[in-house]
Amino acid sequence: MIHRYIKWGVLIVLALGAPVLMPAIKTQLAMLMLMITFALTWDIMGGQMGYNSFGNIVFFGVGMYVTAVIQRDMFFTAEEYETMAGALGAIDGTDYLTGLVIGLAASIVVCVVLAAILGAGILKLRGHYFAICTLGLGIAAAEIAGGIDYIGAGSGLVTPTFPNEYLGDRGYFFYYYFLVLAVVAFLVLSWLYRGQFGLAINAIRDDEDKAEAMGIHTTRYKTMAWCISAFFLALAGGAMGNLVGFIDPSEVAFAGATYGVWMVLMAILGGKGTIWGPVIGAAVFHIMQELFWTYLFGWQRVALGALIIAIVVFFPEGIMGFVRARWPELLGHKVDHQTPESRIVP
Amino acid sequence: MDNLELLIVAPVFSMQLLIDGLLVGSIFALAAYGMALVWGVMNIINIAQGEFVILGGYVTFVLAQYGMHPVLAIPFSALTLYVLGLLVYRIVIVRIVDRDLFISILATFGISILLQQVMNQIFTADVQTVESGLGTWFLFDDMVTVNQVKVLACLIALVVGAVLMVFLKTSRTGQAIRATAQNARAARILGIDTDKVYATTYALNAAICGAAGSLVVMTWVIQPFIGLAYTVRSFMIVIIAGLGNVFGVVASGMMLGVTENFAGFLLGAEFQTAFIFSLLVVILVWRSWRLRRKRQVLR
Repeated sequence: MIHRYIKWGVLIVLALGAPVLMPAIKTQLAMLMLMITFALTWDIMGGQMGYNSFGNIVFFGVGMYVTAVIQRDMFFTAEEYETMAGALGAIDGTDYLTGLVIGLAASIVVCVVLAAILGAGILKLRGHYFAICTLGLGIAAAEIAGGIDYIGAGSGLVTPTFPNEYLGDRGYFFYYYFLVLAVVAFLVLSWLYRGQFGLAINAIRDDEDKAEAMGIHTTRYKTMAWCISAFFLALAGGAMGNLVGFIDPSEVAFAGATYGVWMVLMAILGGKGTIWGPVIGAAVFHIMQELFWTYLFGWQRVALGALIIAIVVFFPEGIMGFVRARWPELLGHKVDHQTPESRIVP
Repeated sequence: MDNLELLIVAPVFSMQLLIDGLLVGSIFALAAYGMALVWGVMNIINIAQGEFVILGGYVTFVLAQYGMHPVLAIPFSALTLYVLGLLVYRIVIVRIVDRDLFISILATFGISILLQQVMNQIFTADVQTVESGLGTWFLFDDMVTVNQVKVLACLIALVVGAVLMVFLKTSRTGQAIRATAQNARAARILGIDTDKVYATTYALNAAICGAAGSLVVMTWVIQPFIGLAYTVRSFMIVIIAGLGNVFGVVASGMMLGVTENFAGFLLGAEFQTAFIFSLLVVILVWRSWRLRRKRQVLR
């Protein structure tokens, strides 16, 4: 038992102390936490419920835009914003925090409502139709955002400058923000998976028609699952806009070619349908990417394509699946060594 | 929506949009025919479809740089893509043919990203086109212009489609492909080498896309990142027409071309891509809603 506490203690100390120990890469560490949130929220639908979505990035982008627009409109008139484009300043800490909190709250409301509305139509689709429909949704969102002048159209939107003099270094601020977000997402999801919700969505994954015949309100659970994804992605998106400082519709907000694909890849790499899988996958992928990406000089996206193929074709069970097959005892499965074929008894 | 008034004042403009749409729609139908082939035979939705189209366009573009006429370059595009298709099948597709559909979607999505980035590295992200040297017809007191190259492309697309249909109906390989589509297991029992059939089908699809790409680069423009739009168009056409319905594919391809042209004209060019992808969502939701009333789901 004491062993367990030590393990958790080390993990907590590491998580809290990481940016202090390695201040040079604190933004990267914040990104790592964001990636973990991405993978965890994708896994609600993709892993636990068997609805593989390419469009979760929509909520990330919508959250980002809603937060940024509220921050902009609360403190600046349109003319002011025009004249100081690119260099918004002169907000004190209280104003900034008020704007951020109200913006995030609004983005949660907008994203969850949007998820419920979209879900009503899209979640009735099954399997590959759902996957392709959400793929279209993500790209349509980027294209539409790129055509609306109110949110900066194709030239993007600048978020308020972080008031370093009031709130300390923004790297630390956002690291701890994303850390809390990732931890809360992890705890909430593992609590949900343990209960009725987890059983229901797993039943949907295994056989939706049977689940419905058994009296599970499948549509309700599916919509709920999508709304939970949207909730966390809205919080992630709103803060990410402020961390980056500039919102481009297709490169930052609705970045289907990067974040949108990564979240799927990270969850599969770690092992979808498990709670630790996405976390491990996100960590491995992000560290790998930060180590090797810069040496590839423009070929990194080619490498990303190759990586997707390699992982999907040769390693679809992910790291957790590999560990489960190789060392089942580690994950708490009992192995009966007496019988000739040692079968895994869950 | 300012352009709506223009259409009401001068209805002849809609004639222009209609003709352009019909002509370009036949190229969409060609690519969609390939997708339906792979989907029907191998039960794989090939997300890399659009990238094959664009790559075919680039092959023609390169050959045209060396002074070859683009129409003559079509067989070369098709051949290059046939070889590429075989290669992709041997390396990736052969391992996912019998696995669940999402794995094949994700794997072909990976191929699509890979190809599009390789094209970006080699040809840069600039928009490219090839001049065919053909003229223009003027109709209705010069109000409507018809590019001869578009008419030619439409004809070529239809001819290629017809040849394929005859090939699938009569040739030995075509029969094997159709048998495998009906029941792969039974085909295997009866001595058909289904692995070879799959390889041929996938490569044939790539070749069809290559030919379509040549037509695209002659009539329109190509760019490394617009491939996904062609995939989505093919997918829409196939789900409207259904698998194995050639005339449906041609009709819905042309319908899509017309719709897209009108939408681009009315909403403005910046929303044309958004329209295609939104249309996909709307069509899927509408179809599943229709089926839902009969207690069925889209499969």
